[in-house]
Amino acid sequence: MLLIEILPDKCDFCGCCVGVCPEDAIELKEAEITIIEELCTNCVKCVWSCPIEVLKFNKNLAKANNENRI
Amino acid sequence: MKTEYDIIVVGAGPAGSLAAKFAAEQGVSVLMLEKDRDVGYPVRCGEAVSMAGLKEFIEPDPKWIATEITKFSFISPDKTKIEVEFEGKGCILERKIFDYELANIAAKVGTDILTRAYVNGIISENGKTAGVKFEYRGEQKEVKSKIVIAADGVESRVGRWAGLKTHSDFRAMESGIQITASNINVDQNTCYFYWGNIYAPQGYLWVFPKGNGLANIGLAITGDIGKKRSALSYLNEFMETHYPNASLLSQVAGGIPFTPTLEKIVAPGIMLVGDAARQINPLSGGGIISGMIGGSIAGKVAGEAIINDALDSIFTYEKKWHDRLGKRHEMFNRIKNGIYNLTDEKYNNIAHDLKKIPKNKITLGQIAKTAVVNKPSLLLDVAKTFF
Ligand SMILES: Cc1cc2nc3c(=O)[nH]c(=O)nc-3n(C[C@H](O)[C@H](O)[C@H](O)COP(=O)(O)OP(=O)(O)OC[C@H]3O[C@@H](n4cnc5c(N)ncnc54)[C@H](O)[C@@H]3O)c2cc1C
Ligand code: SF4
Ligand code: SF4
Repeated sequence: MLLIEILPDKCDFCGCCVGVCPEDAIELKEAEITIIEELCTNCVKCVWSCPIEVLKFNKNLAKANNENRI
Repeated sequence: MKTEYDIIVVGAGPAGSLAAKFAAEQGVSVLMLEKDRDVGYPVRCGEAVSMAGLKEFIEPDPKWIATEITKFSFISPDKTKIEVEFEGKGCILERKIFDYELANIAAKVGTDILTRAYVNGIISENGKTAGVKFEYRGEQKEVKSKIVIAADGVESRVGRWAGLKTHSDFRAMESGIQITASNINVDQNTCYFYWGNIYAPQGYLWVFPKGNGLANIGLAITGDIGKKRSALSYLNEFMETHYPNASLLSQVAGGIPFTPTLEKIVAPGIMLVGDAARQINPLSGGGIISGMIGGSIAGKVAGEAIINDALDSIFTYEKKWHDRLGKRHEMFNRIKNGIYNLTDEKYNNIAHDLKKIPKNKITLGQIAKTAVVNKPSLLLDVAKTFF
């Protein structure tokens, strides 16, 4: 389940997140960004590297997901 | 558009354009693909380069030079200012025009160029890269080639698809942010560097004049720092305290891989250049000139490989790059590891020691000597190798 949230309206399409993603899970066109859910491991490295706070780890979703599992 | 080229270059930044030029001028066919609508825009860059670096490839032209640089100013956390004349000269580019000009030079020697061409895969044949797949104005296309030169910048995905390990550790990737602002009252021939954790921990903050009251103001921090606070929040704080009346003409984000060159920058049928190969100076983050150098070597080697029908010879590019700059970058990286974690107190102490040297006697060498007491060759190397 994808737990990384993108705020596309904030994104500058700079590619910093793409450069650190270990899974090549980010598709970035001229002005369009998507995370490929099947490849993403929710490792959060892209979140830490985004210079302008576009990417967020969705804690609530993560929590709900964990509870569902139990 | 032809369905087959000798060489395909992905990305039309300085590294890509130089690779295309140095290949195409040998008479081989070259196609350069750029995903953005415009070559050279948006400008994710402080735009500072050394004149000497430029002159190796192109005669400086007022058309794309915003201002000339003759002085460096280093500012410590307690605002002690050290000024040094810059031996040799530098300049702040107008990259929008500069990158255009480089692509134009490549085109003039026969390179075909497409913009809005988003490369989204490679063609592989017998374990060798044999072309690229790309989306061009809504249509999926394929073009074959003997050699692909990946100049796709910080993202560096093309090399990954060919099996090269290109992704950067988040701790070594600098997350950058920059604004171009007006009403910035600074000397128009001085580059200002702010060092210290209050400005930009594990990185630095720059103010580069662009003439007419304009300046590029930016900073970069590592992903390790980004865990706690974003680059944006550091820049906002700086602007509020230093230039509350500035108007912003532009704001861009950008990643700067502060690492030595990748271990492997060639695989069968593919070569990596510029940021894609991590050819940035890992101490300063300057990558325009080093990318142009990488691109020029790769383009030359690739063209010769085609002409001599000796595709395996592209592997010689690796050694040529390492001899020219790669090894130096490894040394800069060691220096960086030594200085990027200094405390603010240490930065202040270095600045205070330097202040004791009479102004007319201060040279980069002197700065180095003082810095050596604290950490090896600190500012000398930073300054000397900045661009
Ligand atoms: C904030 C910031 C400040 C900087 N300041 C300086 C400075 O003052 N001095 C300096 O020397 N360097 C500076 N740099 C570094 C410098 O900008 C880069 O090193 C330089 O641009 C590298 O050139 P390049 O050709 O390798 O890559 P780029 O210039 O990044 O070009 C890569 C191109 O490839 C395109 N591309 C990417 N993926 C694809 C794809 N899939 N398909 C098609 N096209 C693609 C991109 O759109 C881009 O145009 C700075 C960088 C940043 C982020
Ligand atoms: S690092 Fe941030 S601004 Fe840059 S492309 Fe990724 S999400 Fe967008
Ligand atoms: S969370 Fe990790 S795997 Fe997922 S997109 Fe971000 S960096 Fe890539």
